[in-house]
Amino acid sequence: MSDTDIDPPEEAVQANVPEDADVDYEKAETQDSAAEEAAKHVPQAIPLQVENLSKRFGGLTAVDGASFEVEQGTLTGLIGPNGAGKSTTFNCVTGVLEPTAGTVRFNGEDITGLAPHQIADRGLARTFQIARELGEMTVLENLMLAPTHQRGESLWRSVLPFTRGSVVEQEEEVLEDVWETLDFFDIDHLADEYAGNLSGGQRKLLELARVLLTDPDVLLLDEPFAGVNPSLEERLLEHLHELREQGYTFLIVEHDMDLIMDNCERVIVMHQGSVLTEGTPEDVKADERVLEAYLGGEVET
Amino acid sequence: MGVADGYRTRAEGLVENPFNGLLVFIGLYLVADLILKLSGVDVVVNVPGMGATKIMGGVEPLDSFLSKVINGILRGLIIGLAGIGLSMTYSILGFANFAHGDFITVGAFMGVMTSYIVAGVVGAATYDIGTLALMKVEASQLGLAITGGPLAFAAIVLGLLIAGVGTVGVVLLVDRLAFEPIRDRSSVSLLITSIGVALVIRYLVNFIWGIEKFSANSPGDTWELAIRGSEPANGLQRGPSTWEFVITELTGSIRVNAHDFTLLIIAVSLMLGVHVLLQTSKLGKAMRAMADNKDLARVTGIPTDRVIRFTWVLGGSLTGVAGYTWVLWSGTFGWYDGWLFLLLVFAAVILGGIGSIYGAMAGGLIIGLARDLSIIFIPSAFAKAFAFALMIVVLVVKPSGLFAGRTTA
Amino acid sequence: MSVGDSVPDRVSAVGSSDPAKIIGLLVFIYAVYLVAGSIAGINPVSNLTSLTRWIGLFAIAALALNLHWGYTGLFNIGVIGFMGVGVYVAAIVSKDPVAAGGGGAVGGATGGLGLPLPIGMLAGAVAAALFGLLVALPALRLRADYLAIVTIAVSEIFRLSVRNGNIASFDVGGLSVGFGGGDGLQLDWGSEVELLFDALLLGGVYDSLSATAERLIGSPVAVDRIGYALILLAFMIGYYALLRRIGNSPFGRVLKAIREDEEATNSLGKDTDRFKIIVFMIGCGLMGLVGVLWFMNAGGGGGSVNPTQFRPDTTFYIWVALIIGGAGSNTGSVMGGALFAAFLYRGPRFLQTVIDKLTETDLGSFARRTGFGEAMAPIAGSFDPIPLLLYAVTKIQSLQLLIMGLVIIYLMQNRPQGLLGHRKEQAAAISLSRPDRRSDGDRAVAADGGAEDE
Repeated sequence: MSDTDIDPPEEAVQANVPEDADVDYEKAETQDSAAEEAAKHVPQAIPLQVENLSKRFGGLTAVDGASFEVEQGTLTGLIGPNGAGKSTTFNCVTGVLEPTAGTVRFNGEDITGLAPHQIADRGLARTFQIARELGEMTVLENLMLAPTHQRGESLWRSVLPFTRGSVVEQEEEVLEDVWETLDFFDIDHLADEYAGNLSGGQRKLLELARVLLTDPDVLLLDEPFAGVNPSLEERLLEHLHELREQGYTFLIVEHDMDLIMDNCERVIVMHQGSVLTEGTPEDVKADERVLEAYLGGEVET
Repeated sequence: MGVADGYRTRAEGLVENPFNGLLVFIGLYLVADLILKLSGVDVVVNVPGMGATKIMGGVEPLDSFLSKVINGILRGLIIGLAGIGLSMTYSILGFANFAHGDFITVGAFMGVMTSYIVAGVVGAATYDIGTLALMKVEASQLGLAITGGPLAFAAIVLGLLIAGVGTVGVVLLVDRLAFEPIRDRSSVSLLITSIGVALVIRYLVNFIWGIEKFSANSPGDTWELAIRGSEPANGLQRGPSTWEFVITELTGSIRVNAHDFTLLIIAVSLMLGVHVLLQTSKLGKAMRAMADNKDLARVTGIPTDRVIRFTWVLGGSLTGVAGYTWVLWSGTFGWYDGWLFLLLVFAAVILGGIGSIYGAMAGGLIIGLARDLSIIFIPSAFAKAFAFALMIVVLVVKPSGLFAGRTTA
Repeated sequence: MSVGDSVPDRVSAVGSSDPAKIIGLLVFIYAVYLVAGSIAGINPVSNLTSLTRWIGLFAIAALALNLHWGYTGLFNIGVIGFMGVGVYVAAIVSKDPVAAGGGGAVGGATGGLGLPLPIGMLAGAVAAALFGLLVALPALRLRADYLAIVTIAVSEIFRLSVRNGNIASFDVGGLSVGFGGGDGLQLDWGSEVELLFDALLLGGVYDSLSATAERLIGSPVAVDRIGYALILLAFMIGYYALLRRIGNSPFGRVLKAIREDEEATNSLGKDTDRFKIIVFMIGCGLMGLVGVLWFMNAGGGGGSVNPTQFRPDTTFYIWVALIIGGAGSNTGSVMGGALFAAFLYRGPRFLQTVIDKLTETDLGSFARRTGFGEAMAPIAGSFDPIPLLLYAVTKIQSLQLLIMGLVIIYLMQNRPQGLLGHRKEQAAAISLSRPDRRSDGDRAVAADGGAEDE
């Protein structure tokens, strides 16, 4: 297990970066075989691959053979009209739902059907459409929670006198990362505030900060701009671009087409449960079927 | 709440399938065992080293079986009657009401008190009204049986009415004082509050009426239904030592009394009434809408406060009547019995699927039958524990219940 | 999710002053009891030992429940069932052996395995934890209200089962053991205080204390009573320290996060099922130990258990204690336990004793000949409220539960965060203020510097 194994690529690491992989969070009691461990951290140009993904609820087919890829270091947008199957796809990728068919590969490993925490643990992290702050915990506690495999998450190590020291030691390291992250997002003044007291925009920032502290490779953002005022939208976008430059990869689910077209390098368009088209914003704009899909017509795929 | 309905954990897939298989196996085993017991057949297997061992079968005379079935159905009707109210408040107000069992107690006590007073004050030998209200008289002295003449009949009918109406009054008061101020809080807050309400009601009843169970046992006329079976066959041996068939006598009788019929008629007609009411009136539609999405219902102009009140009225009256019919059927009731009964009602409601009134009725029958038929297989002291265990199994295997998705009628 | 739907403005500075608050409250309660007791002429030793007993028991029970509900949001209303598993298993392990066939099904006549009491207590705790695992595996993924129904059903199944005559006694390896059926079990393993002193190799101390007490007061029982009270206080401190340690750790942080939003916690890579199972087992184990402590040494002599004691009422007592203190706070749990024991649980019975002594009425015989009707009749006739009041005093145990019901309703409506206010303890092993040394952004330095910063 190397220190850099779950880092973004080295060259991208810059000053004031909020990630913290060097804190060597122990991979405690991990069920992964060594081989899987090695396989999953081979740098991939295509970290996330979805193949022939289908999800049926009873008689209703929400996702019907969707396939797409997310390239390393890009902001990729996933758009489509309401009911196109974006959310279901998202939930299948993040493990909230189990796909009826198809595979999801992450860094070369088949993660189809894994539990959400296993997927997050592998470096594919998500945010929620409505920010899921932990209301009766402070902003600091929210963020301290996030780093994975903390030593003190083992009950015995937290309780027993002769292991408590190492827990405390790591807590101090985590705390330092947390404060760096607070500074990065300019929410350090809220550190002791209960998360439940934050404004909607502050919650969005908190959620993004928290998910970054899990040290992901790829972030899946579920409608991060829904219900966000224009100035915060701008601020969020700045952060996203900055983080992308540092080597993070984003898949953003949105239905605001313009926002995606203006900010993403790659765009995936879903319609009626499958991928209608995929490409650069220019390609997608040029595709007449996309407009038709948004206007609600039947589209030949 | 942590685990939303749509969210599932991986354990589900792992636990469910082998577990379901096991359940099916147990179910089939029990059915086979029951058939063997009814035909009085022992299945004896020669186990090496242990000699002949009985693995299945036994004796369950048909009359005993049938009276268990009847008992189970009658118990199930009471559970179902009480369950409709619990199911409705659970889906429309969104919390598990732990005070519901004590609403049953309220119905039983108010109804029986009324019957006592009517029969005792008007009756031949008059009693002091205080003694009657506190039910310190043996019911048999009052001749309180449905077939005991016009006065007794009137006393029981009035008792039933007051059981319903009085419980509605108590329930509405409770809602006004305890639940309405925190209507918009989390379901857990309401649940804890309902535990407080349950304690207040239960110990108020205890304070006034004491801890003695009252006895109202005078069921009036009883009919015997004779069962004639085939001539007793002699023990039929098949195989030298492996199989052994013994056919027992299939004759006997089951007893059904006038109060059993009263319970049957009341429960069935009330259930039909609820069905008609909810199918034909606008209220039924409004209740379904509210159970679905309270905010949406309010926005679309459904008078949610009125629907909630109606839910309490309907649920409370059925629950109160259920309490009174329990007294008619079992002949006795005590301050703690409603609470003990509550878990069976929860079992029925969860089994049937929360929010579904047909589910509550069917769940009641299943739980009632399961409780009474379980005695065939396990010692009778475990019967109630078995019904609770059945509920846990349902919660684990099918938390949405058997009639899921058919919210309120 | 939690009971309190409101959130305080800021984290109040809690921490080192917490134990001081508990001690202050205890001093206040003891003072009230001493003053009231001396007015009524109640023996101060039995007065205070009995008070301490209930404070200790409710405090540790509330602490154990706080781990489930306050920290993790696991809605367990089957507490008494887990306590029961603990004490029944301890009884079977530690009661004196009785040869098979000797006891039969006669109540109290069954024996145990005759192992030392500390082993019995440990076995009780472990058994309760394993019982918790049995419940947890299928039930923990259920919604909070379903978990509530399952836990209370499990505790009723336990009660109905031990009440059952079929397992009242059975033979294990030539010994007659059992659950005693409807008659319950005598916990006749001798003086718990002596046994626990012996276990700590302090048997000599116990003997000399007993001898001194015999000489001074003329009875060695006082040592047992005081000793039992002190043992409960020791367990209270132990539970408090343990649970604070669990709470102030990354483990405790995950628990709080599960309480707030399990799905979000799961999405952060935490195996929430594992945390919930562990914490449910630990809490049940602690409850099992509470059960042993609860039922032993009742009134100074040997304790006993009876199935009727395992009705859900005790579970609700513990819940009220926790709600008063404010779920989520260990300090609040102890204070809630103390307040509940002193004023809601012991208080009315204490008041009954005081009234009994002051009015010199024989309440016992009054209760036997008076019902509600007789008590009401004078009011209807001549507006004489005294019989009703006396009746109320004799029925104080039912009124007590009625009052508790009202307290629950009041607290849920007006102070869902607990009577003592919002007191959330910060879930981290260290103080979370900004570290002194500001990071200059060089991550390598920051990481290497982590160790030398100690």
